[in-house]
Amino acid sequence: MSTLIQPAPMGAPASAAPPPGDAFLRFENVSKVYPTATGPYTVLDGIDMAVNQGEFMCVIGHSGCGKSTLLNMVSGFATPTEGQVILHGNRITKPGPDRMVVFQGYALLPWFTAYENVYLAVDSVKPDLPEREKKEITREHLAMVGLTEAAEKKILQLSGGMKQRVAIARALAIRPEVLILDEPFGALDAITKEELQEELLTIWNTQKCTVLMITHDIDEALFLADRLVMMTNGPAAKIGEIMDIKFPRPRNREEIMEDPLYYDLRNQALDFLYSRFAHDDTAD
Amino acid sequence: MVPTSPRRPGVASNPLEWLTRSSGTWLPPLLGTGGFLLLWQILSSAGVIALPAPSSLFTEERTRTLILYPFYDRGGLDKGLFWQTMASLSRVAQGYTLAALVGIAVGITIGLKPTINRAFDPLFQFLRMVAPLAWVPIALVLFQKNQPAAIFVIFITAIWPILINTAEGVRQIPQDYRNVALVLQMSSRRFFTKVLIPSALPYIFTGLRISIGLAWLAIIAAEIVMPGTLGIGFFIWDAYQQNYVGEIVLGVIWIGAIGLVLDRLMAWLQTRISPGQ
Repeated sequence: MSTLIQPAPMGAPASAAPPPGDAFLRFENVSKVYPTATGPYTVLDGIDMAVNQGEFMCVIGHSGCGKSTLLNMVSGFATPTEGQVILHGNRITKPGPDRMVVFQGYALLPWFTAYENVYLAVDSVKPDLPEREKKEITREHLAMVGLTEAAEKKILQLSGGMKQRVAIARALAIRPEVLILDEPFGALDAITKEELQEELLTIWNTQKCTVLMITHDIDEALFLADRLVMMTNGPAAKIGEIMDIKFPRPRNREEIMEDPLYYDLRNQALDFLYSRFAHDDTAD
Repeated sequence: MVPTSPRRPGVASNPLEWLTRSSGTWLPPLLGTGGFLLLWQILSSAGVIALPAPSSLFTEERTRTLILYPFYDRGGLDKGLFWQTMASLSRVAQGYTLAALVGIAVGITIGLKPTINRAFDPLFQFLRMVAPLAWVPIALVLFQKNQPAAIFVIFITAIWPILINTAEGVRQIPQDYRNVALVLQMSSRRFFTKVLIPSALPYIFTGLRISIGLAWLAIIAAEIVMPGTLGIGFFIWDAYQQNYVGEIVLGVIWIGAIGLVLDRLMAWLQTRISPGQ
């Protein structure tokens, strides 16, 4: 897998990253500029950030602030115009299964069953595993998200929540080092959303992969994340603030919400999003 | 008749009742077709049109024989309609299969490679506008013989909808599916069988269905200008030469019926192979 990631060039500005050198995943002075008909458009400008291995990071910000672009540079679907993103000391240049994505629209193949979708991923990434083991991994991960019963159903027969479960099972079945989720629960009803948040946390606790997740929901971020990255408004968005969320794990939703710290953090995030960086609709 | 169970709408307890209830479905087409035949009968009996009346297909001996004995074989070209049709259909099958193979292969290639598409698209757009009949002389010059020339005419007529729809189907593969393939680093073979073909299949079938009709149209055109060929097309031409107008009418009705059956067959196949997409 790592053969697809090129080593970082020598003399890269390592000092630009806050904890220099050895962080698991680093953004080093990353900018993204898109050429448009009316001239270059800067989406992200000078992003420096370090993510530790096994950390759960949420990214929040108003639409158009480049959250997706930021994560796409980790998954490899976008490359920085300036600077670089480094994983394990290697520069990320293209997509790979070590950085699996749970896509916004699930991106499941509708002509396959839930089982076949997960199996296809396992079989693509680890073709040399014995057949029995690949089947076992597939079943195990479907069971993890509670889909043993629905495994043989076609994707079209599944509800939104179940589709998202399949997408998560597929992503985790290939044992990625980084799991990238782009607003995974945005389209789900409140109850399903809470269920899935809890399932995601449980699985993350057992697998300990690094998670990067875009959300629009402050409560979701406070429940899930170790740190919350708050982005300033685009164009030329930057990281405005990174908030530490130090609730003990495993977390319990009720207990967290009774903690006075919860409201401090919540107000801090609200203040950032709706006072200091309120979305100015007239600016577009 | 005592119904013992509560009746559900649409489920009738006897055939007669079912007929009455579903009359909205079968009555209009019956009246339309019947009315058309009746008008034709009246007009030709009154001598307004020179075509023989529909009833004459059964009263005249030549056409009655053709209707009643589709399997007769007196050697040479003097064969029943079944054999004429089979000869035409076998040409269609050959030309159409070739068109499907080449059309799908080239369609996938130009769907995946925009540069190749840009290189050949003007040529394809131009060639597909050439009528089947115009290909006949070219085909005869190219192949010198009737049989391969006829197959070529089918091929060149039927290939364009297959090719263009396949290419469109490949272009329409959602970016999400491509991204999944990219992040999983699927081999091209796996991408082809697990993503590309299933995703483009509805488009490919649309092309195949349009083409089967065109192929059938083309074979008639091709056979008409290829004298001495066993087939429903030349059968009509031969009848015209010898002034058997009833046979022409019968041949045309036969052609329409076969074309309809082919189209329905493809539609049925389409629902079987790519359901629910």
